[in-house]
Amino acid sequence: MTDKLVDIRNLTVRFKGGRTVHAINDLSLSLDQGETLSLLGESGSGKSVTLKTLLGLLPPKRSEIEGDILVNGTDIRTLSGKALQRYRGGEVSMVFQDPGLALDPVYTVGNQIAEAVMRHKGLRKEEAMDIAFDMLQRVRIPSPERRLKNYPHELSGGMRQRVMIALALACRPRLLLADEPTTALDATVQIQILLLLRDLQREFGMGVIFVTHDIGVAVEVSERIAVMYAGRIVEEGTTHEIINDPRHPYTRGLLAANLHDVAKGERLNAIPGAPPALEAPPTGCSFAPRCPMAGPECTAGVPDFVHLGPRRRVACLRVEPVPAE
Amino acid sequence: MLSYFLRRLILVLPVAFGVSVICFLLVQIAPGDPLTAIMPVDATAEEQAAMRAAYGLDKPLPVQYGIWIANLAQGDMGRSIATGRPVAGEVFGAVQNSLLLAISAAVIAFPIGIFLGFLAGYFRDTLLDRAVTAISIAGVSVPNYWLGIVLVIIFSVSLGWLPSMGAGPGGSQDWGWDWLHIRHLILPAVTLAVVPIGIVARTVRALSGDILTMDFVQALYAKGMSRFDVLAHVARNAAATALSVMGLQLGYLLGGSILIETVFNWPGSGFLLSNAIFQRDLPLLQGTILVLALFFVAMNLIVDVAQAAIDPRIKRN
Repeated sequence: MTDKLVDIRNLTVRFKGGRTVHAINDLSLSLDQGETLSLLGESGSGKSVTLKTLLGLLPPKRSEIEGDILVNGTDIRTLSGKALQRYRGGEVSMVFQDPGLALDPVYTVGNQIAEAVMRHKGLRKEEAMDIAFDMLQRVRIPSPERRLKNYPHELSGGMRQRVMIALALACRPRLLLADEPTTALDATVQIQILLLLRDLQREFGMGVIFVTHDIGVAVEVSERIAVMYAGRIVEEGTTHEIINDPRHPYTRGLLAANLHDVAKGERLNAIPGAPPALEAPPTGCSFAPRCPMAGPECTAGVPDFVHLGPRRRVACLRVEPVPAE
Repeated sequence: MLSYFLRRLILVLPVAFGVSVICFLLVQIAPGDPLTAIMPVDATAEEQAAMRAAYGLDKPLPVQYGIWIANLAQGDMGRSIATGRPVAGEVFGAVQNSLLLAISAAVIAFPIGIFLGFLAGYFRDTLLDRAVTAISIAGVSVPNYWLGIVLVIIFSVSLGWLPSMGAGPGGSQDWGWDWLHIRHLILPAVTLAVVPIGIVARTVRALSGDILTMDFVQALYAKGMSRFDVLAHVARNAAATALSVMGLQLGYLLGGSILIETVFNWPGSGFLLSNAIFQRDLPLLQGTILVLALFFVAMNLIVDVAQAAIDPRIKRN
């Protein structure tokens, strides 16, 4: 057995329908207890699908899932019924992108938090409400006793996301999944929410998988970054390594496309082209068509990972493996 | 909540005023002179004028309206031209019978409609969904007077299980909660329930189907809620809109059962209305329409207030 919090091995997710979409292709990923990892990538790279797979939230009829997903040593794909309900929200919980849509509009926020607490901790309503109150305090919502009785539409966007976080952490999960939790918020509020999440992570010590397309956000919150492209991880390392020594041309492109240090009037360094359609499984490096360094060998086969350290890997033929010291 | 109710109540007054003016003017718009129906053909001009004065028809319209409203306020809706009996008594007796029929139809229709709609919404795009959709389209489309006649042919004529006419044994007008009376209620109530079953099922299907695709449903599953919990959330979200549709349907059931009441000889307001129309009994027509219209207005008020009570997103101030 493994002592890792999350251990995803060779995960493949396909969506059936009018046309098949190969959303995740042979993804392996691990997370230690209490560790914070960012999944970085653009829209459609499979970040959110990875999170939903971890919670078993994909529609079973339309999705085909292969591979192992171990959370605390349990393959969550074997869970169902009550065990799955205990796992969801109890062991792993999720903060959604848009708190305006993820909260039920006709229940008070207190009830929505208490509902989860009652389910997982088996408490009575009043005790659960006390915990909801405590959680609202912890996410630093002013006058929490009043807010408990508020409906989501009576709160601002930032406040709603705080409620969402309070809800996600109320049952003290070992793993928190955050799906672009700041994307729907104002820039000033984004920073507050990021700092709050970072503080709460230190306080509660849970592991966090943080999905974002914003490299600045990833740097702010996480110890490690895994860069995703077209349903695969293309590079993984510590935040420091990714920022200072990016190896994959896609990661380099992402960093170069940053808006900082760009003089007015200067052309932005965008990566040319668009991500591939995911209708067929990849037969080569998915990034090759947009890659300035690509050669014919890049499309001949899916590049294997080059391991540069114990948890540092890059899927690119142009990267030379470091000789063992 | 009480202040919201009072504010809504005040807003109802102009509507009620409009309704009363229209009902009053109906008599004026209707072609023909009401007097010709009750006066002998060879009545002299003086006799006609005397009769006109007796009914107050010689006064200017606003004065006539004022008198009418003042009488109305005392529960006096005039006398039926055909029977000479007070309109108020006739109308209230009939409205009671209609209410009985409408509420019975609603009690049959709403639970079935809600259940079918939920099933279809939850199992959207499956065979079950298509079956429910077919049922609701059929329910809304089938002319219910025709369906009533078919049911009479089957259950009254062929099988002889249920009576085909009236609201009690031997044409009795006095309702009682015993099998002798209830068996008279079954066929008209079932017939009347068919349309609202279709409409409620369709509404609930659309509502629950849409709500189930919303993000918060996934968030509910994500925090460990069971399927049953999620359905409770969906129901609460759908309740306000579903309730308003059902409230309006109840209004339609009360006023719109003319054909059914005629088919089954049910002594209700619709039956009264059709008699009043054919006998050109204008005071009776006026009174019946007024009471039905005011009932509809009251129904709307109740629905609005209930909606605000259920759905926190509806502004109360």
